[in-house]
Amino acid sequence: MSLLLDRLSKTYPGRDGHPVRAVLGLDLHVEDGEIVALLGSSGCGKTSTLRMIAGFESVTAGTITLAGRRIDGQPPDRRGVAMAFEGYALYPPLTIAENIGFGLVRDKRGLSREAAAQRVREMAEMLEIAPLLARRPGGLSGGQQQRASLARALARDAALYLLDEPMGQLEPQLRAVLRGRVKAALKSRGCTALLVTHDQTEANAMADRIAVMEGGVLQQYGPPAVLRERPANLFVATFLGEPPMNALAAKVQPEGLSLADAAGQCIPLPGVKLPPDGVNVVLGVRPHHLHLGEGPLSGTVISNQWLGDQAHVVIELREKIIVAVSHTRVKLRAGERIAFGFRPAHAHIFDGQTGRALAHGPQPA
Amino acid sequence: MARIDGTSAFLARGLRTLALAVIVLFFLFPILWIVLMSFQTNEQILRIPPSLLFDPTIVNYRALISGKLVTAAGQLDLPFMRNLGNSVLLSSVSVLLSLVLGVPAAYAFARFRFRLGENIAFTLLSFRFAPPLLVLLPLSLYFQDLGLANTYTGLVWVYQLICLPLILWIVRGYFEDASPDIEYAYRVDGHSWWRAFTRIAIPLAGPGIAAAGLLAFIFAWNNFVFALILASADKQPVTVGALAFVTASGIQYGQIAAAIVLSILPTLALALYAQRWLVEGLSLGAVKG
Repeated sequence: MSLLLDRLSKTYPGRDGHPVRAVLGLDLHVEDGEIVALLGSSGCGKTSTLRMIAGFESVTAGTITLAGRRIDGQPPDRRGVAMAFEGYALYPPLTIAENIGFGLVRDKRGLSREAAAQRVREMAEMLEIAPLLARRPGGLSGGQQQRASLARALARDAALYLLDEPMGQLEPQLRAVLRGRVKAALKSRGCTALLVTHDQTEANAMADRIAVMEGGVLQQYGPPAVLRERPANLFVATFLGEPPMNALAAKVQPEGLSLADAAGQCIPLPGVKLPPDGVNVVLGVRPHHLHLGEGPLSGTVISNQWLGDQAHVVIELREKIIVAVSHTRVKLRAGERIAFGFRPAHAHIFDGQTGRALAHGPQPA
Repeated sequence: MARIDGTSAFLARGLRTLALAVIVLFFLFPILWIVLMSFQTNEQILRIPPSLLFDPTIVNYRALISGKLVTAAGQLDLPFMRNLGNSVLLSSVSVLLSLVLGVPAAYAFARFRFRLGENIAFTLLSFRFAPPLLVLLPLSLYFQDLGLANTYTGLVWVYQLICLPLILWIVRGYFEDASPDIEYAYRVDGHSWWRAFTRIAIPLAGPGIAAAGLLAFIFAWNNFVFALILASADKQPVTVGALAFVTASGIQYGQIAAAIVLSILPTLALALYAQRWLVEGLSLGAVKG
């Protein structure tokens, strides 16, 4: 069911009298059947948002509407949401099967006993915990408990699935497998889900749209490709991508950009709609768009690491550190001078003061 | 080397066993002596030198249970069984009332931040700081005005000073140790606040509640001054009732010993029963992490 957050805010009373603003005026619309990831570093307000939607935290201001119904005043049990907890929150005295099936057989609204058992088995098989069904949470590893918690949430028929770091404790390989399976399961049932994560790979792999948050404020909301190609501001540009985007201070000149970080060296950027002359900007270029060995810029190599499938070359450009990625081995030693450059099509231009995106090259990705 | 280590380890174990035996003997001997005394007559107890060998008699228990104390000065009525009943009644009703009031309060203090919350919790704890004798005089005057003097209601009320802070503070810690997310998980599964409290929070804090209840029961059972001042003979617990054994014709050691043995039994039985819960609590604690 569709979810609508309208100017949602959360302020906690601080211990020393200073209120802590965890979430500030968050507007978010999740379509029916859509998977949305709330992505951000710890303390960005993503978990507070999730807990407000679930009803564990009160809303300071704004509204939450789920399936056309205001739910921000409702108790958690009337909101029709299912949640997978980061801290698992399994019931210690119950077996894994009982934990997963807990919300299924209930009163008259629930499933029949057989249907519930069937659902429990399906979920356990999907998440590779079928052999653990008779065990209790106490003896299980973090990853196993996390999958049981995820299974308990997915087994329910809910209007909205809230997944709080659902795979943080899993081994990388299993995580990669389960991402695909969980996404397929959510999609096949037409589920609407909100996924909280700090892992951009997980967000990219599972979400239809990603909402990047920082400091309680929504930075950008869009499909993964748009966030990657047209970041709305410098934060999103440098937060997404590994290694992060290189950012160079620059000033707009009639003939191009003069780089403050490269002694005022001017580089032309044909095809990029630059702001008016004299404006201070930040030039952003992703590491894998830097070409080594040719180009208008030059710097000193600090390190060159081959990571098995790509080389990370760290270059010092006067005071500024630049990272370049090459997909072939490059013979460069620390201390060597190297020329490098990039195609104007791959440039991103941000406002020097606010960090807001001003222009993107025609082929930003 | 290994042999020396083995010898010293053996020696250390032996010494530890010996030390434990001495400690156990030191603490349990008085109780053993009381049990032995309860099966002797006053003459047997007071003979010099004392002896571990005697003909056991149940005359003390018969006197206590029948309520007739035969002394050299004649026959005395002894309301011991009534006192014992009073003790059971007062202690259990007080602890039950404290649990009913204290467990939800402990939950509130553990889970919710509210204005003056810490101050209220501390004020309740501070009831334990006040010396009872200081409180008793004004309390007995109030109780006479209110018509609560010498009533079970009044005594149960005063016993809340003993039981409530204890239960509140012990149980609060147990609630704080349990993750609120387990309750939240139950809430989003479609259960009301009340059901999450009774089905999840209370069972998870169960061992703490059992321990606090047991401790409060022992404290209430052992209380002396409140009942001494605020209750007359027919409402008195055993602690006060035992004064009756100091009679005009001497102190009835045999009956005192028998009375002590009888008055230990309910607490002992409760402790043995509650042990199940306490041990279960330890294993649940291992599960929590």
